[in-house]
Amino acid sequence: MNLTPIKSIDELKKAQQEAQGHIKMRLTGEKPRQGFPKYHILICAGTGCTSSKSDLIRRKLEKEIKKRLLQDKVKVFKTGCFGFCKLGPIMVVYPDRTFYTKVEPGDIDEILDNHIEKGQRVEKLLYKSPTTNSIQKTIDEIDFFTHQMRIALKNCGLINPEDIREYIAMEGYMALANILENKTSARDVIEELKKSGLRGRGGGGFLTGQKWEFGLMNDSDPKYVLCNADEGDPGAFMDRSILEGDPHCIIEAMIIAGYCIGANQGYIYVRAEYPIAVERLEIAIDQAKKLGLLGRKILGSSLDFDVDIRLGAGAFVCGEETALIQSVMGLRGEPRPRPPFPAEAGLWEKPTVNNNVETFANIPIILRNGAEWYASIGTDDSKGTKVFALAGQINNTGLIETPMGTSLRTIIYEVGGGIHDHKKFKAVQTGGPSGGCIPAALLDTEIDFKSLTDIGSMMGSGGMIVMDETDCMIDIARFYLEFAQDESCGKCVPCRVGTKRLLEILNKITDGKGEMEDLEILENLCYDIKDSSLCGLGQTAPNPVLNTLQYFQDEYIAHIKEKRCPAGVCNNLLSVVISDEKCVACGICARVCPVNAITGENKKPPFYIHQDVCIKCGTCIPKCPVDAIYKR
Amino acid sequence: MGIRIEKTEAENFHKLDQIINRYKAQEGMLIRILQKSQEVFGYLPPKVQAYISQEVGIPISTVNGVVSFYSLFSQEPRGKYTIRVCMGTACYVKGAQEILDAVKEEIQIGVGETSMDKLFTLNASRCIGACGLAPVMTINDDVYERLSPADIPSILYGYIKTHKKAKVTH
Repeated sequence: MNLTPIKSIDELKKAQQEAQGHIKMRLTGEKPRQGFPKYHILICAGTGCTSSKSDLIRRKLEKEIKKRLLQDKVKVFKTGCFGFCKLGPIMVVYPDRTFYTKVEPGDIDEILDNHIEKGQRVEKLLYKSPTTNSIQKTIDEIDFFTHQMRIALKNCGLINPEDIREYIAMEGYMALANILENKTSARDVIEELKKSGLRGRGGGGFLTGQKWEFGLMNDSDPKYVLCNADEGDPGAFMDRSILEGDPHCIIEAMIIAGYCIGANQGYIYVRAEYPIAVERLEIAIDQAKKLGLLGRKILGSSLDFDVDIRLGAGAFVCGEETALIQSVMGLRGEPRPRPPFPAEAGLWEKPTVNNNVETFANIPIILRNGAEWYASIGTDDSKGTKVFALAGQINNTGLIETPMGTSLRTIIYEVGGGIHDHKKFKAVQTGGPSGGCIPAALLDTEIDFKSLTDIGSMMGSGGMIVMDETDCMIDIARFYLEFAQDESCGKCVPCRVGTKRLLEILNKITDGKGEMEDLEILENLCYDIKDSSLCGLGQTAPNPVLNTLQYFQDEYIAHIKEKRCPAGVCNNLLSVVISDEKCVACGICARVCPVNAITGENKKPPFYIHQDVCIKCGTCIPKCPVDAIYKR
Repeated sequence: MGIRIEKTEAENFHKLDQIINRYKAQEGMLIRILQKSQEVFGYLPPKVQAYISQEVGIPISTVNGVVSFYSLFSQEPRGKYTIRVCMGTACYVKGAQEILDAVKEEIQIGVGETSMDKLFTLNASRCIGACGLAPVMTINDDVYERLSPADIPSILYGYIKTHKKAKVTH
């Protein structure tokens, strides 16, 4: 790749025009000029599609194109996550915007034969909407995308994240250039951000502009900019997708942050579990350095700024900013009390502004389009859009971005395509281990930071796990506590010991040994832990318990009083039974039972399981040739 | 007090020296040094930790404090293949516990343990962010998606077979 340093703003504008010629057809659909390939094939190279072998498809496709001497006609690109992970690997062909799903290596010949050589779409790879049964050919027709509004994910799935020129073509680094060209003061940039109403997307929802203002006011040298990419909430992967699909927007935002607060060094703290994101970031930083967009005298101005990557080594608590700062310095990631806040004393006791990936991703576009534009989206309380990771028992699992104030019902039934297998919706979990489960009665809640807190959950980083009637809410609360217990750093007693006690009581209930007074103990203990823990992890760890106690008390009572798990999950409360109608009396179950709990006469159905002998090991269930044995 | 390095270890310790020299001058690079060292040794035995402590000038208590804090670091030798069953929420509601149980049953080891033949290490991993494909398991760099417990024996057998083949050709 030919990367000559860009030394001034004019040179950046020239580079932008040049790069736009190359990708214009993806944006406008107009016919490419002479000398450019007629088709662009974009293949998703996010973690989801890479797991479904998209890399193999891309390499095979490139080889086949070479073999057929089609290099002048078609070009293949890697791109970031489209969000529709369930249908991966995903491929989009421009200029006709055809959206192919579940592409397999065997489909390559057909795509080249029909689409590229003859201009006909390959019908069998097109998306068929499960709700309307209609075939949706292009990316604009697909119902998964029509309810979305992509701001933070704007470039994901549109540009090649490993080529800085494509980012520049999308007005990349122009927000920075405008500031430098107009000599906008740091105060004015911060004022603009404050006016936009952007709140931190990492969970807390603190006003970003205000945070930067604190960073600016605390006079000291050096100062630092920190990007929190330690996305630890299980079930959330928006930060990863942004880093994989559009790494330069984070770098640009960090440079702007450096300009505003007066820092020359930034760190991105990213999870080691995200190898593709780390690689893309490394490439992006390297290219930005080669172009002179990082380093000394950026774009010919007096601004110096550099970015380094620090890898997280697998500790959830490091998402908490004071713990993260310890970890960036190479120490144990243990939190400390605030104040002082990092904007006052952070990395090496110097003022440090720390923002989440998604927050940074919004900043360049806000500064380009203006604060009014951004503030016009969303609700009174929360401006702009939010990226959510939809997962669990839902049809369209994947990554979505909707304006703040969209109702849960719209997200789950219209974007998400409803519940998997036509089962009944029970709850949606938001906010990860710090959040809560929202029941069906509250599906019409229009979500923003405030409304979610009001109903006892929280925005968190934006994970949304949908649960149906087969999920036991006590088991879910237990799952989250197990997680919090495991990840508690151990520094303060309420979190270390308290979560352990909570977990023991929940285990007691799911084992069928619970008593009614346990519910009161649980509740009191929860409030004690919340009030006395040192950091966010402990203060929010009891939320899943409190929340399920509030909305799903009947399930707790069923477990305790009736010794019954309504969802059929808690093993010790279930019994293994044989269906009278289905049993063919073959006797296989009786032979495999390790404790001889099953009796019956051959060829004279049904067989019978003696519940007082049965140890519920389940060995018999898969052995039954007619699926007559089940748990209830 | 010097640390005795056996002849068989000399090559690895030479690599360790290079790692330490590369990062030692910068502040806050202990985690990076430990990560790179683990790539060389496969795990972080007390001797390596002591060596790093001595060369970088950080107390061994601090080094061990960091090693024992983060789940990425291991103080025990690991198997040739590390199986990580994702236990994120999305995978959990899609039946990750059953997948984990099936793996345990198949190779007869618990979470965090290594099989006797040093072939497999089993871990319950944190969310790897492939929630759209839940439940997910990784074996070294290979990802297995949308699993059911019935898939486990054949997947594991594939690794045992390649391992045996590699041994024969040796």
